[in-house]
Amino acid sequence: MNSLLFYFFSILAIASAILMVTRRNIVHGAVFLITTLLATAGIFLQLQAEFLFVVQIILYVGGIMVLFVFVIMLVNLDVSLHLVQFNRMKFVSTILAVVLAGHLFAAFWITRNSLNLGPRGEAMMQPRNTESVGQALFQNYMLPFEIASILLLVAMIGAVVMAKRKV
Amino acid sequence: MNHVIPPSIQAYVLPVLYGVVVVALLPLLAGYIVLLERKVMADMQARLGPMRVGPHGLLQPIADALKLLIKEDIVPEKADRFLFWCAPVLSVTMALLAYAAIPFGPVFQIADLNVGLLFILAISSLGIYGIVLGGWASNSHYSLLGALRSAAQLVSYETAAGLALVSGLMLAGSLSMKDIVQAQYDQGVWFVFVVPVGFFIYLVGSIAETNRAPFDLPEAESELVAGYMTEYSGFRWALYFLGEYANMVVVAAIATTLFLGGWLRPFARYQDHLFGTSIELLDLLPTILFLAAAAYCFWLAPRQPVQIQKIVMALVGGLCLVLAAGMTGALFAPDAVRLGIHGAFWFLAKVFAYIYAFLWIRFTFPRYRFDQLMRLGWRFLIPLALVNVIVVGTTIVLQQNWEWRHPMLSAIVTTAIMLGVAAFLAREGSAPSEPAEVGEGN
Repeated sequence: MNSLLFYFFSILAIASAILMVTRRNIVHGAVFLITTLLATAGIFLQLQAEFLFVVQIILYVGGIMVLFVFVIMLVNLDVSLHLVQFNRMKFVSTILAVVLAGHLFAAFWITRNSLNLGPRGEAMMQPRNTESVGQALFQNYMLPFEIASILLLVAMIGAVVMAKRKV
Repeated sequence: MNHVIPPSIQAYVLPVLYGVVVVALLPLLAGYIVLLERKVMADMQARLGPMRVGPHGLLQPIADALKLLIKEDIVPEKADRFLFWCAPVLSVTMALLAYAAIPFGPVFQIADLNVGLLFILAISSLGIYGIVLGGWASNSHYSLLGALRSAAQLVSYETAAGLALVSGLMLAGSLSMKDIVQAQYDQGVWFVFVVPVGFFIYLVGSIAETNRAPFDLPEAESELVAGYMTEYSGFRWALYFLGEYANMVVVAAIATTLFLGGWLRPFARYQDHLFGTSIELLDLLPTILFLAAAAYCFWLAPRQPVQIQKIVMALVGGLCLVLAAGMTGALFAPDAVRLGIHGAFWFLAKVFAYIYAFLWIRFTFPRYRFDQLMRLGWRFLIPLALVNVIVVGTTIVLQQNWEWRHPMLSAIVTTAIMLGVAAFLAREGSAPSEPAEVGEGN
């Protein structure tokens, strides 16, 4: 049952990711991207990481993608429909993709014996893993967390400055 | 019953049953909220409202639903058919899905997730795609503008509402809906009295999130015909409507759970053991309420103009009597049943009080202009919510570490500080803003 769900969500995620890059209509692409993100959230849920599942939906689907769609709708769709979707870099990018795939495959192949994911940590098995996420973020990884926050703050201020020009 | 159902699916029987009940009853409930809205509106405007179908229009929702079902289904020729079909379904599905985690009582809850509140927030934030995609797929300017306004509005107010919820969550110390109510029972106070400012922010934010007046710009009929649902008709339109009203109940349920004590009756910890029995005086309130309603119906019945209306009115009175009897009977039932029925009563009573506040606000305030809406959201509510989180967090820590034992003391201090901040922000916000920057971009 569990692995069935995993395969369901993985196939859904991959299929909609492929559909997302191949759709001509940019709004359809956004819809498939949303489906991909939701399927990823489903995988989190299947791994019993409820907090990540919910945060994935709230942040990516409910927040970021809404803004994406918002911007997309302001774009003149008639123009974008007639744009050439694949350019001459097609050949180069195919080679690069193959190289990357081969690289990943080689990495997995070489480490296939030493690759041991091990049992899940104790924290994950507890029914309330929201607390563990909080403790990990605010106690064990306090500094990286704060650095990430500062980075986001800088990005935000930068965006405001660029948008406003005169402050 | 236990030996009939195989044990492997026993855990799923009750949740599925609850789910079916919720999905079956919700359209009816939404219909009657519409009737309530029209009646309240009529009352506030000194007229009668729907009176024709059934006594005092009591059967109006059923007539409306039938009418919508048999209306012609129109899809605009240049619409994006797939998304046009998807959008209303998405809207109503997401609204219904959120009910999975709402506790209508200590026993009547489909699933007690340990991230229940976040789950509801996540699911209801998906509902916006119904609006946005529907508005876009209609291929109409009015719809698109409505959808854009809706997206901007939701993103802005979701932040404020979410931060307001954080202040309540810190008090509860849990994300599970059940534990939040339990925390209010243990602390002996509804969180609305501890963080009234947070409740106020959530009230405003939830009105904006459900696209209701005075924040109903996505469907402002004087500017955009009907906003994102301009091109929708018949059953699809009904689905949008159902989704909207279902969402209203969801936000009301969140506010009820987090701020208004969920299924707890007023003074839940006060026990008087009336006349030495196991009955509490306050537990008799529902019975008295239904008896009063029944008496009112019986008093009205002979004054109805038509014979059939007299009969139906008497039937409604009878229904109230049955409910009163049920509420009384539940007092003598085992604890689980008693708590379940009375919990559901109090929960729904609070939800409807919250919805009544929605209606009241709708008929009291004129609609905001869009820039006013954005200013209110970004310049007033979000800073206020941020300060609220910090102040409430500080008082909680003070209470724990510095032995501020009296719970009301911190509540009063918090509220006083927050009102000061609100006054400051309001003065800043109402200060004459710089001349409009239109045309500066070139």
